[in-house]
Amino acid sequence: MSPETLAQVSNYAVASATVVIALAFLAHMAEWGFARKVDQPVEEEATVTVGAGAPAARQSTAAADDDAPSRPDLLSSVGVSLTGLGTVLLLVGFVVRGFAADRVPWGNMYEFGIGGAAFALVVYLVLVRVQAIQWLGGIVTGFALVVLGMAMSTYVPAGPLVPALHSYWLVIHVAAVMLAGAFFLVGAASSLLFLIRHRAEERGTVGGLLSRFPHSAVMDQIAYRTNAVAFPLWTFGALIAGSIWAHYAWGRYWGWDPKEVWAFITWVVYAGYLHARATRGWKGRRAAIIALVGFLTFLFSYYGVNLFGSGLHSYAT
Amino acid sequence: MSSREREGGPAPALGSREFGRWIWRQLTSMRTALLLLLLLAIAAVPGSVVPQRGVDARAVEAYMTRNPTLSPWLDRFGFFDVYTSPWFSAIYLLLMVSLIGCILPRTRVYLKALRARPPKAPKRLERLPASATFTVDASPAEVASAARDVLRGPRFLPARVDVVEDGDSSEVRVEKGYLRELGNLVFHVSIVLVLIGVAGGALFGYRGAAIVTQGSGFANVLTQYDEFASGALFDPDDLPPFSLQLDEVQARFWTDGPQRGAPRLFRAAGTVETEPGADPQPFEIRVNQPLGVDGTSVFLVGQGYAPVLRVTDPEGNVVFDDAVPFLPQDGTYTSNGVVQVPDAEPQQLGFQGFFLPTAVVGEDEDASVSIFPGAVNPIIGLFAFEGDLGLDDGTPQSVFILDKTNLTQILDEDGENFRISLSPGQEAELPNGATIEFADLRLFARFQVASTPLVELPLVAISVGILGLVLSLVVRPRRTWVRSRRGSAGTVVEVAALDRVPRDDLPDDLDDLLERLADALGVPASVTRSEHEENDQS
Repeated sequence: MSPETLAQVSNYAVASATVVIALAFLAHMAEWGFARKVDQPVEEEATVTVGAGAPAARQSTAAADDDAPSRPDLLSSVGVSLTGLGTVLLLVGFVVRGFAADRVPWGNMYEFGIGGAAFALVVYLVLVRVQAIQWLGGIVTGFALVVLGMAMSTYVPAGPLVPALHSYWLVIHVAAVMLAGAFFLVGAASSLLFLIRHRAEERGTVGGLLSRFPHSAVMDQIAYRTNAVAFPLWTFGALIAGSIWAHYAWGRYWGWDPKEVWAFITWVVYAGYLHARATRGWKGRRAAIIALVGFLTFLFSYYGVNLFGSGLHSYAT
Repeated sequence: MSSREREGGPAPALGSREFGRWIWRQLTSMRTALLLLLLLAIAAVPGSVVPQRGVDARAVEAYMTRNPTLSPWLDRFGFFDVYTSPWFSAIYLLLMVSLIGCILPRTRVYLKALRARPPKAPKRLERLPASATFTVDASPAEVASAARDVLRGPRFLPARVDVVEDGDSSEVRVEKGYLRELGNLVFHVSIVLVLIGVAGGALFGYRGAAIVTQGSGFANVLTQYDEFASGALFDPDDLPPFSLQLDEVQARFWTDGPQRGAPRLFRAAGTVETEPGADPQPFEIRVNQPLGVDGTSVFLVGQGYAPVLRVTDPEGNVVFDDAVPFLPQDGTYTSNGVVQVPDAEPQQLGFQGFFLPTAVVGEDEDASVSIFPGAVNPIIGLFAFEGDLGLDDGTPQSVFILDKTNLTQILDEDGENFRISLSPGQEAELPNGATIEFADLRLFARFQVASTPLVELPLVAISVGILGLVLSLVVRPRRTWVRSRRGSAGTVVEVAALDRVPRDDLPDDLDDLLERLADALGVPASVTRSEHEENDQS
């Protein structure tokens, strides 16, 4: 197939992936909608303080003990299956784009967007299998849709790279950063739900929709683990690989380019998060807020800097 | 913490030693480190909003002209030099002190812990987060040896195991996960080393930029640089004495496809002498492929057009014949430049204008624009000036700016500004009788020459540091106890585990341990599982 045909195939695959992920998002929204209506009596576990969070992990699977799966559960699995299908389509679009341009498919903001969404969905699906985090489905698919939408708004036809990007550090730097971003996303989604449910638990008002989510201690733990994976990846991808490549491409390791500034800020805020989790008075709510701030700074260094600033990374727009 | 910190004496009359100690304890506490980190993040923000002198001095000047009232205040508080400002430095220096003050005592504690034996089992094991009790026929000694085998861990990562036995009872104490704190310490030490290495590189290093035209050379001495910045401890005499002869500059662009007009290849080639008189060696520099000479790297960071212009003055003497770099302003390489002819008689001549590599007449009939960065239809457009160029009063002058204070613009017979538009080979005559010819078109390369000594230190340190970081996030420190006592119905075995950092997989791991223990004792798994319990509270 000619590069043009391949590029066309990639575009179709990305478009259909977007539609399927939108359906997955709708399924999760319907799941939440029905969960609100099912007005289960508030489980008394909300008043028990759970240290390790161990029992809570089991409670989520035991929530619906009836012989038939409840409607929200059904919608949740529909959502996960659709996400799986959408992710496969997106990966096809992503990989074929690479063949169409004859290089790694992350050389501009459009490709970085579809790649970032694909990485995030794959990480999410793997964690659904390993850690049963399908309760994050609504947030992750919704976020993936936003990222895909932003990617479409920066669409450029498949083509070769500018000389500044001719480096194998492109492969290492961008891949590590996208992977870190995928874990940051899962971590941030968990922290967000943690904050919401934690407040309800303290007030003793966990019911309806919130009872579908695991105990706050479990979500806190998931957030910590994913951020603990993301932080070394970010250190490596953004700070180390980034500065080595900056040396070759721009003649200096670190020059406080706006993108570098925000990569640094993201690193410092997540370092703060890891410290907060070990500091009395900052564990839990405050740490989760820092994690969310960290994710916002990550988003800004990924997208905001290109939107508002010029800087050396501007070829990425 | 605060209640204990007061014990040195009555609060208002703290002695200077106590006060110093109090400050030190505050500074090295985790809470302070956390606040300093958050402060550092906030302090870094302005540097991405306001242009920085160290990054782009010209952008700072432009910003100051746009914001005449705000700028002096921003400047006063160091907002144009955020990353070297006193307040930013203060935060990271405090952070550094806090970091070292944290590393030292923790290293001492860690070394002690390495020598310590696993602690005795608490009296009531069932109070621990995960515990179980079962009864077997095997003797306490047999249980202990089975437990030791099960808990010893893999050979490459052994757990520390102590066995205490006395006839009727036994206790196995296991501690594992020492690498967590080791990794933690390694990571934090590596951050200190990174900062030392970066500071060293900044103090002893230098960075300069020079524009070199095709066919000419560059010698690595201070006077040849257009821009130069170096650290406080750098001595200009230490510049390695290499020189370059630039024979070829290539700038190729995509002529078709979706990326039409985008850069395709930038390349500079020629010969390099490592010191005066050394054998010239061929070199090639591309973007991402710098040339390394004598601890210094030479990068190709830009390129553009340098038309060769020949000027004769009204008296008929050739007073200028040289390539003049025109600086590209955008992706089409629409470039601006200045020609200064100080030797012209009777008055000095100056030209200012633009270069278009592929000129077409724009919508507005008068103005041409460049539509492609390659030189397909190159045109120079210039205005001419005569008078005093202001080169003699000793103030340094940029070769890219024409000082028009003592110059008058040359006009045509209608009183309009006299315009010159030249293609290669063309010549124009000025109303005053001088001529200017577009003799040839060459390319120039903009090189950045940089030396960052000690750069290996931060790179190696942070690479090792990442391994430490991963260990500190992955390794789980855990204590496990297996206590057995001979009872009337057999040996009563109690098993319990405690995580130093609470995790939710402890109960599962205990189940697993019980199963393997049953296996080692040769009893069905159901025996050990019988009275398994979990506690919420540690």
